[in-house]
Amino acid sequence: MWRTTVLPVLAAAVVFVVTWKVIAVVGNFGVFLPAPEVVGGRFLGAWLDGTMWPHASATLVEIGLGFFVGAGLAVGIGYLVARSRLAERLLSPYIVAAQATPVLVLAPLLVLWLGPGLAPKVVICALIVFFPVAVATMVGIRSVDRRLLELGRSLRASPRQVLVHLELPAALPQILGGMRVGVTLAVIGAIVGEWAGADRGLGVLINIARGSLFDFPLMFATLLTIALIAVVLYLVVLLVERALVGAWR
Amino acid sequence: MAKVDALAGSRRSKSGWEKGGRPVQRESVRAPDQTWEDELTLQDKPAISLEHVSRRFVIDGRQVTVLDDVSFEVPAHGITAVLGPNGSGKSTLLRLVAGLLTPDSGTIEIGGERVADADQRVGLVFQEPRLLPWRTAIDNVAFPLELAGVSRAERRERATALLDLVGLSAFARAYPQQLSGGMRQRAAIARALARDPQILLLDEPFSALDALTRERFNAELLEIWQRTGTTILIVTHSIAEACFLADEVVVLTARPGRVAARVPVPLGRPRRDDTLDSAAFSRAAATIRAHLSGSPADIAAQEAAAAPVSDVLERAGAPAWFDPFGGPG
Ligand SMILES: Nc1ncnc2c1ncn2[C@@H]1O[C@H](COP(=O)(O)OP(=O)(O)O)[C@@H](O)[C@H]1O
Ligand SMILES: [Mg+2]
Repeated sequence: MWRTTVLPVLAAAVVFVVTWKVIAVVGNFGVFLPAPEVVGGRFLGAWLDGTMWPHASATLVEIGLGFFVGAGLAVGIGYLVARSRLAERLLSPYIVAAQATPVLVLAPLLVLWLGPGLAPKVVICALIVFFPVAVATMVGIRSVDRRLLELGRSLRASPRQVLVHLELPAALPQILGGMRVGVTLAVIGAIVGEWAGADRGLGVLINIARGSLFDFPLMFATLLTIALIAVVLYLVVLLVERALVGAWR
Repeated sequence: MAKVDALAGSRRSKSGWEKGGRPVQRESVRAPDQTWEDELTLQDKPAISLEHVSRRFVIDGRQVTVLDDVSFEVPAHGITAVLGPNGSGKSTLLRLVAGLLTPDSGTIEIGGERVADADQRVGLVFQEPRLLPWRTAIDNVAFPLELAGVSRAERRERATALLDLVGLSAFARAYPQQLSGGMRQRAAIARALARDPQILLLDEPFSALDALTRERFNAELLEIWQRTGTTILIVTHSIAEACFLADEVVVLTARPGRVAARVPVPLGRPRRDDTLDSAAFSRAAATIRAHLSGSPADIAAQEAAAAPVSDVLERAGAPAWFDPFGGPG
């Protein structure tokens, strides 16, 4: 445990911090690249004095809602596209096009249309989560072993039973793989949404730190928070994956 | 040996699984209006009968006759083996009897009734175990019962008894990938028996097993047959297997599959390992060999190639815009 897990993680962290420190010193970027201990101190300070939490919690809510809406829709539509040739022909161009449309352009428009509240952020998160999960679902459902489906038919499984007992469990590893990608993208979606107009959130805090406060350590501390959120969410999906498919895969 | 004793023990100890040598009928599985008397009258008729059954497929844009005018019947509680070269339509034949395919012409009846879509009177064992990898052995065996809406407690009891019957009790909680090939196929047989089928259809069930395991499985299959009293139709590649198990062997020709001969196997029961050495066994085997088309060398090659053949369902499906390699469409 210690030698195989903790040690490599610690070693990588040390290398990362030392490299950062070296670059900060040698590169002589001044305030634009504060040293790691400065950022670390600001990070702790911001969490302890209550600067970080209101923004972090707002962003987490956006990520959570956006992810569930986006991933939920993606599983449903991915299934439809996998099972219906017509649906595939009708929807797939739009799914690809929606993914390729720059969210940076879309975000301010959404804020104009939906107001500065939670809604546009959730939409952006959902949009960005949708594609990887939909494609993963579709590939997963289409690669369900047809011999298992024949088994289901021989046992007169109802369409609902086929879905619940055969298709979804068989495609679950792929769907969860898509969600792993999706959840990290959701973090980006939330930040982009906040940049387009919000009064709270980690994206907002970055803007405040950089623009009005000129507090670069705070900006980097916020980036650190965002990175940590992404890592934790990724781990959560991994844990769900392990719990759901770990035993039999 | 210990294994056989365990099976015999299970017969007495598991109430509700057997009475009078026949599996107890369950309302959840059998139609409620069907009584024991119906069951008895059905036994006079052949359990399975095929009359002039033909089936074509479109293969590479051409109509290909896979089964041509196939007729035979399997008596109730009997064992019939179907033997034929690769591609002679043996799996297709079983799918037709199971109601998974419909014949282009001819009729198929089970117990005097036409086979309907995915007939519930049959239990199917495929060439490969087809277990659900995300379910434990016991949950796999209980799967048909779960689909039929049987209560959890009853499912459990029944699946436990069935695992006992196939000698897998110790592995109830194991996932398929933790089981050996033989154990998986045992679980598949237990699953096929879950709904008390009148008829058990087996499609080259032991072809993936080594020769020794295979002989043992044949003996155990006969034990299970004796305990459950189901009618068995088994597809096989092996003349020895066919003769050891069956009362009658239906020999199919190569494409299109036609009945080349129906060879009776006049051997008493119970059959044991030494049955394989008897004169009657050799005669039946020789007759079958003579009816299989081709030279003796061809036949030897065929038997050597008895390795599992890939099923149509294993091949890739239609490609799609989003999925260039295809899958079930
Ligand atoms: N659903 C299907 N669609 C098209 N061709 C099929 C289908 N099922 C079987 N075939 C073809 O019919 C032939 C006989 O197949 P099969 O019944 O599996 O033979 P066997 O089990 O005796 O090897 C094969 O050439 C196979 O490709
Ligand atoms: Mg076959």
